[in-house]
Amino acid sequence: MKYVTEFRDGQLAQGLAKEIRRQVTRPWVLMEICGGQTHAIVRYGIDQILPPEVELVHGPGCPVCVTSVELIDKAIAIASFPDVILCSYGDMLRVPGSERDLFSVRAAGGDVRVVYSPLDALKIAEQNPSKQVVFFAVGFETTAPANVASVVQARAQGIGNYSVLVSHFCVPPAIEAILSSPDNRVQGFLAAGHVCAVMGYWQYPPLASRFGVPIVVTGFEPVDLLQGILAAVKLLEQGRAEVQNAYSRVVTREGNRAAQAVIREVFMPCDRKWRGVGMIPLSGWCLRPEYYEFDAERRFPVALIQPRESPLCIAGEILRGLKKPEQCSAFGVTCTPENPLGAPMVSSEGACAAYFRYRPQVRSEVNAQSL
Amino acid sequence: MCLAVPGKILEIHQANGVDMAKVDFEGVQREACLMYLPEAKVGDYILVHVGFAMSLLSEEEALASLDLLRQVADAEPENSTPGGEALS
Repeated sequence: MKYVTEFRDGQLAQGLAKEIRRQVTRPWVLMEICGGQTHAIVRYGIDQILPPEVELVHGPGCPVCVTSVELIDKAIAIASFPDVILCSYGDMLRVPGSERDLFSVRAAGGDVRVVYSPLDALKIAEQNPSKQVVFFAVGFETTAPANVASVVQARAQGIGNYSVLVSHFCVPPAIEAILSSPDNRVQGFLAAGHVCAVMGYWQYPPLASRFGVPIVVTGFEPVDLLQGILAAVKLLEQGRAEVQNAYSRVVTREGNRAAQAVIREVFMPCDRKWRGVGMIPLSGWCLRPEYYEFDAERRFPVALIQPRESPLCIAGEILRGLKKPEQCSAFGVTCTPENPLGAPMVSSEGACAAYFRYRPQVRSEVNAQSL
Repeated sequence: MCLAVPGKILEIHQANGVDMAKVDFEGVQREACLMYLPEAKVGDYILVHVGFAMSLLSEEEALASLDLLRQVADAEPENSTPGGEALS
């Protein structure tokens, strides 16, 4: 058992798609929350083997995409300080701020480094005691345990030149916001399996019953995705607004309790602005007052510039599942991964980047229409 | 960022008072912190997020769901040893 190849079995995937065709009697709109799932769906053509009745819309689960332009501007301003080393997950470097991105700070001589884990940033802080090391702590519930652990370890090891710029988001409030929106079309959710690996799925049954939608915890391989879609379609056809776990080799109802405890110790819920979506009450995490000494926003007061977005970019409608990338006139024309107008074209979890990379035919159709 | 691949624990050692594992991801080796998964043992498959082990993979659950899905899909395994070591 390798836990990967078995779940990419093409024959099994086709069999599941056939069963979905057999079960479906009318149109259903499902949303996969996580951008990692969006990429897998587009990459393996999962949406193309589904019956026409089942529509998948792509959700806002891309931390790079939803980090507010104000926070990107703040990271850029902090990275421009002379004695600062700004460390970040790689995807953040090309995300456009109001005027420039982190790459251009690096090109102008700023010390901006890509790390795989916040522990690498902590190590850089230990090795450079005369510098201030700031980690751009972005993410959903999946990266939170690592990000809070770096703060706890910094305190335990007395590493005073380390701080974090926090841009943390939570999935359940986003589901609630999507379902409360008057233009919502989503009838069922594929919940992000790896978020649930950390948090469990005990938070979902009240949401499912309150809004009358099924929620299925779903994994990332083709067979996992089809299993999640089949379960959601069956629940919809039977009129059951329930929560099911279609990723049981990884996810338990409780999640990782040890990680949840450290998150609660370091972070507290806060209102969070989602880029392209707007403010969602209590949809994020920020540092508790006991950890303010590690808060980069307090350590580096920066004057905010007026945030500015490209008027052509429709990222907000894409992140809310109202439009698909090919419905954007800039897609593949003036907006490409090399010169992105909006964050979903940059990130390895962004929907626009997925369509650009795996659907060249969509690109050429859009280009033909815009000529 | 939310993607995580299963890896196999090759060895466990201590660093700064925390258990760290050397993990093999299909040929690529990386360190992973075990502070959230202290029960993990050498030989276990784990899911790692940005350097931290977050869950232990359940072989029992994986085999049970594959079995069930094959019945639903009415599909034979794609090759003769779909379960890898477990079934051989």
